[in-house]
Amino acid sequence: MVEKKKSGYWLTHLGLILGVLFIFFPVWLTFVASTVTQDAIIQPPLPMIPGAEFFENYANALFRGAPEGYGARVPVMQMMINSAIMAVGITVGKIVISLLSAFAFVYFRFPFRNLCFWLIFITLMLPVEVRIVPTYEVVANLNLLNSYTGLIFPLIASATATFLFRQFFMTIPDEMVEAARMDGCSPMRFFIDILVPISKTNIAALFVILFIFGWNQYLWPLLMTTDPDMQTIVMAIDSMIPTGDDFAHWPTIMATAMLAMVPPVIVVISMQKFFVKGLLESDK
Amino acid sequence: MEKRVFFKGWWLPALLVAPQLLISFVFFFYPSGQAIWNSLFLPDPFGLKTEFVGLDNFRFLLSDPYYLASFKTTIIFSTAVSVSSMALGLYLAALADRLIKGAGVYQTLLIWPYAIAPAIAGVLWLFMFNGNIGLASYYLKALGYEWNHTLKGDQAMFLVILASSWGRISYNFLFFLAGLQAIPKSIIEAAAIDGASFWKRFGTIVIPLLSPITFFLLVVNIVYAFFDTFGVIHTITSGGPEQSTTILVYKVFSDGFVSQDLGSSAAQSVILLVLVGILTVIQFKYIERKVHY
Repeated sequence: MVEKKKSGYWLTHLGLILGVLFIFFPVWLTFVASTVTQDAIIQPPLPMIPGAEFFENYANALFRGAPEGYGARVPVMQMMINSAIMAVGITVGKIVISLLSAFAFVYFRFPFRNLCFWLIFITLMLPVEVRIVPTYEVVANLNLLNSYTGLIFPLIASATATFLFRQFFMTIPDEMVEAARMDGCSPMRFFIDILVPISKTNIAALFVILFIFGWNQYLWPLLMTTDPDMQTIVMAIDSMIPTGDDFAHWPTIMATAMLAMVPPVIVVISMQKFFVKGLLESDK
Repeated sequence: MEKRVFFKGWWLPALLVAPQLLISFVFFFYPSGQAIWNSLFLPDPFGLKTEFVGLDNFRFLLSDPYYLASFKTTIIFSTAVSVSSMALGLYLAALADRLIKGAGVYQTLLIWPYAIAPAIAGVLWLFMFNGNIGLASYYLKALGYEWNHTLKGDQAMFLVILASSWGRISYNFLFFLAGLQAIPKSIIEAAAIDGASFWKRFGTIVIPLLSPITFFLLVVNIVYAFFDTFGVIHTITSGGPEQSTTILVYKVFSDGFVSQDLGSSAAQSVILLVLVGILTVIQFKYIERKVHY
């Protein structure tokens, strides 16, 4: 670096630490609130150190639901399983169909190739929120409300992953295909034995981004699921928050909020390298 | 850019693109077409028949004070969210970039909120500002400031902006840090040898070199504020009080699903569709320029 003043060095750290504290503070408060008794919360201010009710509150949230108050007795274990199924389903589905179509676009010449490409390209433009009402009708007409299929498939219809794989395939030297063809390798053999293995890093990067995208879906499951057994944890938190002055069991709500955050945060931190790569590349 | 070498045959590639095309047709083209079609009709109150009204739904919307207010709310909201989260992201990235050691540690500590769903972020901030039990509202009260975002529109707006920007800082931080680290250190050092101070260097070298990434982030953040913040609004304010936090995408939802006003909701979808289209074209123009650069 250019300057090496001691004071500047410490000020840099101080500034960053303040930023980190601002980021952590709301989550820390939530964690504290998920470990104390209801009484400790309803008499503000909330303490800054965790209490002793950690196991009690989390066991309540997961298996029994809140003991009293608004939205009581709704356990979230099943919802976490649903969220995981939805997130993994969206991730795997999107990666599979994108790999297949990117392979077709890059390694084949077929009739209407440009038209197909253009049709897929255009789906980049619209988030599901914009066409939410008609999409809901389609899913209702197909009898897919309250089903995993209905939760997963409408969110797979987007082309980001296709473009990412297409761009990556373009950078693979032509000699690879030539050598494979010379050895009598069929297209699908080439795809499975060569193309997919060398795309590992890109697949991992996309996995992180899409898993978070899938886990954090809110509006779509909110409309789609009326059956409590099909709800996801992120949308279910909304039905626990009291409106107005309703009484609510806050430690359980806060434990639920923590449970909704932990899986995607673990994925980001444990796969940080892929996450950074995926984020910086997939949005460009 | 095209491959010189490729496989022959047409039925295999057709089979390969079929799944994606099928899903795009069923869940994208058909619903989008329906939205455009429905926007030209007005269902009667009992939903028994619909009447073709041409562009009347749009004409009605553009003269509806509630819709125009929602437009204004969206502009204020998305500008505030984009500017504040980008400013904080740039500030933290500039600090982290100054460090020789430890930037990686701060990166880990700063990027994980990206994984938190907007709806959950909304719950966290709602808990802090809850009128009865919230820590922030408790201390604000102690300072003599009355906090009640369920009644006061400007406070509700402030809270949804805060909650939406908070989760977004990590994204902007990551992009700005990557941008800063791509600037050759020799340029900065040359300027320093010529006697340019830190702020002088930042203003005349770093900021201009970051402008492409800043522009890209601006577009992406506006799209985020337009659509992804639905969860924040829904958990914290449900668009209230008195529609003061009803952004456009929230209005599509509340008119379409809560009030069942399908013609108007469809017309609003089409307007949003056009807006996103414009933003996407701007974004691709930018990418193109970068490719040719």
